[in-house]
Amino acid sequence: MLLIECPWCGQREETEFRYGGQAHVDYPSAPAETGDTEWAEFLFYRDNPAGPFAERWMHAAGCRRWFNAVRDTRTNEFLGVYRIGEGQPA
Amino acid sequence: MTANSERLPEGGRIDRTKPLRATVDGIEILGYRGDTVASAMLANGIRTVAPSLYRSRPRGILGAGNEEPNALVRVERRGSSPMLPATTVELTEGLPVHTLSGIGALEPNSEAKDLDTRFAHTDVLVVGGGPTGLAAALAASEGDARVLLLDDQPELGGALLRGTDAELLDWAGGAAELLRARPEVTVVSRCTAFGYYDENYLLAVERGETLDRQRLWKIRAHHVVLATGANERPIVFAGNDLPGVMLADATRAYVNRYAALPGSEAVIATTNDTAYEAALDLAAAGVSVRAIVDSRAEPPEDLAAMACQAGIEVLADCVVAEATGTDSVAAVRIVRFEQPRRTVRTIRADLLAVSGGWSPDVGLFSQSGGKLRWNETLAAFLPEHSRQRQHIAGAARGRYGFARCVADGRFAGVSAAESCGYPAPDSPLRPGISERATRVETEQRPVWIVPAETGKPAEWREHFVDLQRDATVADIARACGAGMRSPEHIKRYTTIGTGSDQGRTSGLTAVGVLAWLRGMGSPGALGTTSFRAPAVPVSFELLAGRDTGKLLDPVRTTPIHPAHRELGAEFENVGQWKRPWYYAREGEGMHEAVLRECAAARTGVAMMDASTLGKIDLIGPDAGEFLNRLYTNGFKKLAIGSARYGVMCGCDGMVFDDGVVLRLSENHYTLTTTTGGAAGVLDWFEEWLQTEWIELDVWATSVTEQWSTVAVVGPRSREVIGAIAPELAVSNAEFPFMTVRETVLGNGIPARIVRVSFSGELAYEVNVANWHGLAAWREIERAGAGFGITPYGTETMHVLRAEKGFPIVGQDTDGTVTPIDLGMDWIVSKRKDFIGKRSLSRPDTARADRKQLVGLLPDEHGTLIPEGSQLIGEHTPVTPEVAPVPMLGHVTSSYHSAALGRTFALALLRSGRERIGQTVRTPVGDRLVSATVTEPIFYDKEGARRDG
Ligand SMILES: [Zn+2]
Repeated sequence: MLLIECPWCGQREETEFRYGGQAHVDYPSAPAETGDTEWAEFLFYRDNPAGPFAERWMHAAGCRRWFNAVRDTRTNEFLGVYRIGEGQPA
Repeated sequence: MTANSERLPEGGRIDRTKPLRATVDGIEILGYRGDTVASAMLANGIRTVAPSLYRSRPRGILGAGNEEPNALVRVERRGSSPMLPATTVELTEGLPVHTLSGIGALEPNSEAKDLDTRFAHTDVLVVGGGPTGLAAALAASEGDARVLLLDDQPELGGALLRGTDAELLDWAGGAAELLRARPEVTVVSRCTAFGYYDENYLLAVERGETLDRQRLWKIRAHHVVLATGANERPIVFAGNDLPGVMLADATRAYVNRYAALPGSEAVIATTNDTAYEAALDLAAAGVSVRAIVDSRAEPPEDLAAMACQAGIEVLADCVVAEATGTDSVAAVRIVRFEQPRRTVRTIRADLLAVSGGWSPDVGLFSQSGGKLRWNETLAAFLPEHSRQRQHIAGAARGRYGFARCVADGRFAGVSAAESCGYPAPDSPLRPGISERATRVETEQRPVWIVPAETGKPAEWREHFVDLQRDATVADIARACGAGMRSPEHIKRYTTIGTGSDQGRTSGLTAVGVLAWLRGMGSPGALGTTSFRAPAVPVSFELLAGRDTGKLLDPVRTTPIHPAHRELGAEFENVGQWKRPWYYAREGEGMHEAVLRECAAARTGVAMMDASTLGKIDLIGPDAGEFLNRLYTNGFKKLAIGSARYGVMCGCDGMVFDDGVVLRLSENHYTLTTTTGGAAGVLDWFEEWLQTEWIELDVWATSVTEQWSTVAVVGPRSREVIGAIAPELAVSNAEFPFMTVRETVLGNGIPARIVRVSFSGELAYEVNVANWHGLAAWREIERAGAGFGITPYGTETMHVLRAEKGFPIVGQDTDGTVTPIDLGMDWIVSKRKDFIGKRSLSRPDTARADRKQLVGLLPDEHGTLIPEGSQLIGEHTPVTPEVAPVPMLGHVTSSYHSAALGRTFALALLRSGRERIGQTVRTPVGDRLVSATVTEPIFYDKEGARRDG
């Protein structure tokens, strides 16, 4: 079981969190003007890298805040967590 | 055989003042506290267990710990266990034990056991209480780090317990005492770590002295020291599965620790130094040791001299080719290492103690993500690289011998404490024992297999590799013949290593045999199979612990629940909620009760507990804007004091939830969700507010449990509301449909009453603070008594709404249904954007032949089509020749209707709206029945009843 650092609460057990998929996938600013292909990519296409991956987590059984994390998908190691609105650490 | 006939007159770590009686396969045995079932069996002369799984060959006890593949037992008593190694079950008074042929039987009745879970957080976790683990725990706790030490035996000391060296045993005893005296140290005996997961999270099972008490430890450690020791390997030769063939170190354990004789005339077969100790200890215990068969051309002189002194012949450069005997070992045939077809000698013996070298127990290390590397000198896979904050020390990484183990353990303990910020004080590295037992072992000469005299490997069906799985060299040869090359494939093809012993005695041996068959020098290049949890057998009931029955999942009831019970409601599970399903009166079944309840709602007045509906308060200046973005219809301009039905979609345009939104004030909305969707809707709101629209000033709060809601439904409901709320003007003009009123009931309870209808009838929802819920229910019941008010449950609610064609999200929809598919174009705003709107014009979502919600009227008025039934065309052939049968859709809701006097259904049907008036067919039991497709509304199409 992973130990995940909530940027608000500190380290907590994985079971307290909900996974939210890839981070930084913005909702299109003008959906009506978005083409079918582009819209389908927004809906259904996500990256699936072997390596560092910026993704969203929510501390569901804790402070209920969403935050972002960079996790190495090969080792499950969390390389960093950051709050919504903060840029992805280098 | 007589009781305790093979017990040595003195010695051992058993408590002779505590005699015990038990039975094995119905035979009474005598033992002592400190015995295992296996040691007591040997002490009573029982050397044979149940025959093998597939081949029914006689089998005996091979080991003395959790490596045991043969001596599996079922314990029949409170705390029964389907299958455990007899070598790990402590003997207790009256224990009834049956030996098993590799397959246990689950106890059909659940029993009262004490099964608990304990969570532990520690700076340093030390796994293993042998010299390495003790030294590590001592060192780690010197600087006051919090240390948890787990050991699987009743007594600390590990491998030392198998020896007789008083000085070393004293050291272990002293170390244990010292540890127990340190306040930050916790020592847990009889506790086996079996799972090692991410971030130093480990699971361990702690057993009581009896099997009915067990505890699951869930441990998070900052730093872990693995001191898991090593397992001795057997050697593969013909007849190596006969009772009497035993691991050499296990024979030491039996004579030294348990004072039990595993045989009377012994031959020792070895590839390394360690078996000499076994030979000497057996001889000292009175066993006639006939020979040490050493694969090495030049065994170390000092050991050979000691053997000679004890009167034991050493046959160098030799190996055992065969153990013979009918039911157990009677003789041992010895050949030259280089000439396996030349018999050197055949020696009579009833015990053949073998040592094929040692394999560090790297199971937990490997589970934790650690990498292994072959070491040619030690002929073993050793830990090379850790992935977690951990040390692996002592024999578990090939550091053998007391002094080296203690030094290695101490180093690991100091490092672990330092990594937690508790540097050990600068104390000397003395383990408290003189520099002894430091003899460096001589190189071994691995023997993976001693070939048979004749034939090909594929015929060697008496050369056993995995005793529990009854798998032989022939099986591996056949796997190779079938094209298997890697150990992982061989494992799956032969099932070697898949038994409950986790292949402790077979895993590496199989790789060695495979390497030999493939003509490779050593197993190094082949690698090993993966180690997985659980490392020892663990019962599911322990993992479940107390999370069973009532404690498995919370049961949620509303404050009105006592009234439902008094009324004799049958309950339905809706998520975690218990909701009244129907209220059967004397002599009624569900069918009759639901027809009566429906009739009351349509012709008189009825009431329902609607408290489980999810309720969310939305407060803030941007609440209206927020709702506008999420719901398909608009809420920003909703008048204060008004209510509006709304539907929400996911980004993909599929219906996600629905409910009624009330506007209570300029900045305060409150809304209902489906009972099952409440948590998901709140999650959805929070997600958008936190991640996408952080500029919106809105707060979403679940108030589901703050409010109790009673629906009052039917043409006479206005009279009931008038009676309970004397201050409220209830006429249609003054309290119109889809408005909300705050009032105080006649009994003094403040109430929020909403005119909404989920049945098409004149209806109200009375909301009160939850602690007033029961009182409000009783007040409505009292006021409605004169009108024959009838409580109704979820089934009636479903029928009433289905008659009106109101879909239930999650029943009539399944995540592939848009509001347009439901025929709800009227609720989809053309003017504003909302989540999912763009998806409604995707080519796939805009197809004309999508499945759409329709009504179905079965041709036979009394036939109820089961929900979920598939629909096909009127003339679609249902024959094997024309297959598959094209499906048009399925039935989502289906009921008997009191109002219609017949059955009806809702369905999702391909191009459904175009098919209205057509006939479809569907299976009911063995028949195909026909139904007419209709609009999804069956009752009061004009909506004339809603205002009463
Ligand atoms: Zn948090």
